[in-house]
Amino acid sequence: MKCFIGIDLGSTTTKSVVMDDTGTPLGHGITNSRSNYDTAALVAKTEALISARLVLLRQSLDKAPGLTLSTDDVLYMLERHFRLAQFLVQLDNLKRLCGEKAVQGNYKEDPATLTTALERTFSALKIELSKLFEPGAERKSDFFRDLAGTVYMEVAESQAAELKISSDTLINIYDKSIIEVENIPPQVDMSETFLVALDSALNAGEIQTEDFGKVQAALKEVLAVELEETYVVGTGYGRARLPFPKEHIRSEILCHGLGAHLMYPKTRTVLDIGGQDTKGIQVDESGIVVNFQMNDRCAAGCGRYLGYIADEMQLGLHELGPLAMKSTKKVSINSTCTVFAGAELRDRLSLGEKREDIIAGLHRAIILRSMSILSRSGGVEDELTFTGGVAKNEAAVKELRILVQENYGDLKINIDPDSIYTGALGAAEFARRAVEA
Amino acid sequence: MSTKIETPTDSHGSSEIQEPQKDSSMLMQKEMINSNYDALTNTANNGKKVCSTFVPGNLNELIQSFGLLNNLPETNAIQNAMRQQSGGMIQTAERQGHSEDVCTYVKADIGMMSKGNIAPNGKPMPNPDLLLLSYTGCFTFMKWFELLRQEYKCETVMLQVPYQGDGEITQNMRDFVVKQLKEEVIPALERVSGNAFDIDKLRENMRRSAQAEDDLVWVLESAKNKPTPIDAYFGAIYYLGPIFTAFRGTQQAVDYYRVLRQEIEQRVKNGQGPITPGGEMTKERYRLVMEGPPNWTNFREFWKMFYEEGAVVVASTYTKVGGVYDQGFRHDADNPLESLADYCLGCYTNRNLPKRVDMLEKYVKDYEADGLLINSIKSCNSFSAGQLMMMQEIEKRTGAPGAFVETDLVDPRYFSAANVKNRLESYFQMIEQRRQGNMIASAR
Repeated sequence: MKCFIGIDLGSTTTKSVVMDDTGTPLGHGITNSRSNYDTAALVAKTEALISARLVLLRQSLDKAPGLTLSTDDVLYMLERHFRLAQFLVQLDNLKRLCGEKAVQGNYKEDPATLTTALERTFSALKIELSKLFEPGAERKSDFFRDLAGTVYMEVAESQAAELKISSDTLINIYDKSIIEVENIPPQVDMSETFLVALDSALNAGEIQTEDFGKVQAALKEVLAVELEETYVVGTGYGRARLPFPKEHIRSEILCHGLGAHLMYPKTRTVLDIGGQDTKGIQVDESGIVVNFQMNDRCAAGCGRYLGYIADEMQLGLHELGPLAMKSTKKVSINSTCTVFAGAELRDRLSLGEKREDIIAGLHRAIILRSMSILSRSGGVEDELTFTGGVAKNEAAVKELRILVQENYGDLKINIDPDSIYTGALGAAEFARRAVEA
Repeated sequence: MSTKIETPTDSHGSSEIQEPQKDSSMLMQKEMINSNYDALTNTANNGKKVCSTFVPGNLNELIQSFGLLNNLPETNAIQNAMRQQSGGMIQTAERQGHSEDVCTYVKADIGMMSKGNIAPNGKPMPNPDLLLLSYTGCFTFMKWFELLRQEYKCETVMLQVPYQGDGEITQNMRDFVVKQLKEEVIPALERVSGNAFDIDKLRENMRRSAQAEDDLVWVLESAKNKPTPIDAYFGAIYYLGPIFTAFRGTQQAVDYYRVLRQEIEQRVKNGQGPITPGGEMTKERYRLVMEGPPNWTNFREFWKMFYEEGAVVVASTYTKVGGVYDQGFRHDADNPLESLADYCLGCYTNRNLPKRVDMLEKYVKDYEADGLLINSIKSCNSFSAGQLMMMQEIEKRTGAPGAFVETDLVDPRYFSAANVKNRLESYFQMIEQRRQGNMIASAR
């Protein structure tokens, strides 16, 4: 079948959406952006195609009679085993590269000791990390870098202590290797891995033989469907570096405008807060951009600001919103300058203000800045669609609702849980229109 | 991805930055600007006295009637920026304690002084004998010359120019400026030069000014053609060099603008587009009106972002900062002092916001532009304050979309190429999308 692919190469993450020729999104994928943009784009696209296969499988299973397991259960099980297989390939790459670095790296430690430390670290890693893919386990991130990194740091530290070597050396080896691992293009054969994943679910006793046969048949059928990459459109901050010819590239303003329109056709204003820019976009009833404003001399008050604050407070990015929601007192933060905000934050802490109140103030500061960009772009009209990574943050959403209410009255504010894919969705639709229209 | 792709750069040759195609006018212009620097840095031998002044309110006809040389610190800052020298100069000034927020022209000038006051030709600049401020619409100009006065301890005259708050020049305002010309400016010029005021020389100069102004206006208005034979911002800045600086009122300027006009007439006849550093633009895709000064540190890079996309500026306000000739003003030899007063009072940034909006509206309509682009300058509030209202008003009146890019005059730290390009590309694509949307709508 014909597939149209949009890739949004952002400063923090790279997103991809696969669409069929009727304009229905089939799947989406995401990965962290990295130094090699080609690989980031390829990984995101591969992920979107994997997700598309799973969507096709869901459609097929929904029609298949007589399964004991529910479709949801089958897909959850299959995806877990698939992700584990994918993950273990990357873990092997990491192990190999770390081993090479240990020998070639001119570290003060004896290479043999380092090799032993790494052997033991990786054995423990494999066990620990495999647990993340067991039924019911929660993963805090979908990115290999995050998952492997956290556990590696813990294990390496205890190994270093045991073998009386510097844990800094082990961490240094990791840091050098992970970048290379991320720049290796995806090596997994998708079809084979899916079938092996199903076998492994059978071996683990998670699926009965009778169901297995039916699922395997459906899966083989779905895998046999050719997903033809008919047209690809790239967008996002790094679009100029995507390995695409110029005609396959659209500005993220246009893609976000169209993406938001596809998600919510009554959208007239789009606010997108990404890692390093904030955009206010006005669209007409067809999703055509009629006006926009964005920051370009300074990235104050963008998504990265929250990342920096989270680091300053030794919190995870996803913990900021829930913490701010606990605020009971209004603390104003004046600076949206990322660097100054750190100083202001420490100053407020020293004055005895509570963390949650300060964090809530920081969220308000970001949204205040967005409001000025929105008003520059022509204000806010019904309906407002909020997109970008920051739209996932409940405290930011809360402040936005308050400020929109105060300045523009009762408007409908749309936030899609998949809003991070808005730009990629718009890009996929541009790809479809380039061929179908 | 099987589609055959042709990038816009293919259509006008290589995308490499090349030396702009040099016409006779271009060579003449370069020679003129260089000759002024040579005269300035040779005062030890030629015995000439130097008057420093500004482009807005530049009284070149008067200055030259006394035989003084004209030095323009603003233009020096621009020259230094285009030679990648201003960044270091600004940092020198900041090391002395000048704030990051101060006008970067001022800091580039102060930094240049501290670094031996070397002119763009590599020779030391003489100290000025007179600081003549003939436009107070920019308050920073006054502070700038106060700083220079402190340094050089030379004679300083500040001509107070009332703001056109109500959008017009009244007889009172004119009389006030003429009175100052007679009682302050001319006596100072006489003292410094040692020459008596000669009104006939002034009239002669002004007659030549008007002649050059006629040809300049013709050239600027040639952008009403489709395709436009000139870029009325990036390209026009070269055309304005002589008339904004030490040449208005000279025979050289008359000759230069006549040759320039002939060249452009030829381009119109041939249906040619403007010359850019990437060669001649063969496909005009976006016609824009531009408000605000350009960025000078990355001038070529900034321009390239336009011509690579087929975007051309058809009218701009910055090219009027040294005289708004296309709105009818001419130097008038029959009423020399009144005309000089009107010239100072009529500076672009001395016009109130409604007048500036009217001018932009006229440009968008008369030049059939696709949109209004504002280059908002971090360190120039004289230009930037009010631009948001102006943009919104233009959008309302013309329906053409407006957009901001944010850069600076001569501080390279405030030019973020990736972000500016991102914004421009988005803007161009938006125009294109709206155009297609309108086509679909009108086909229904």
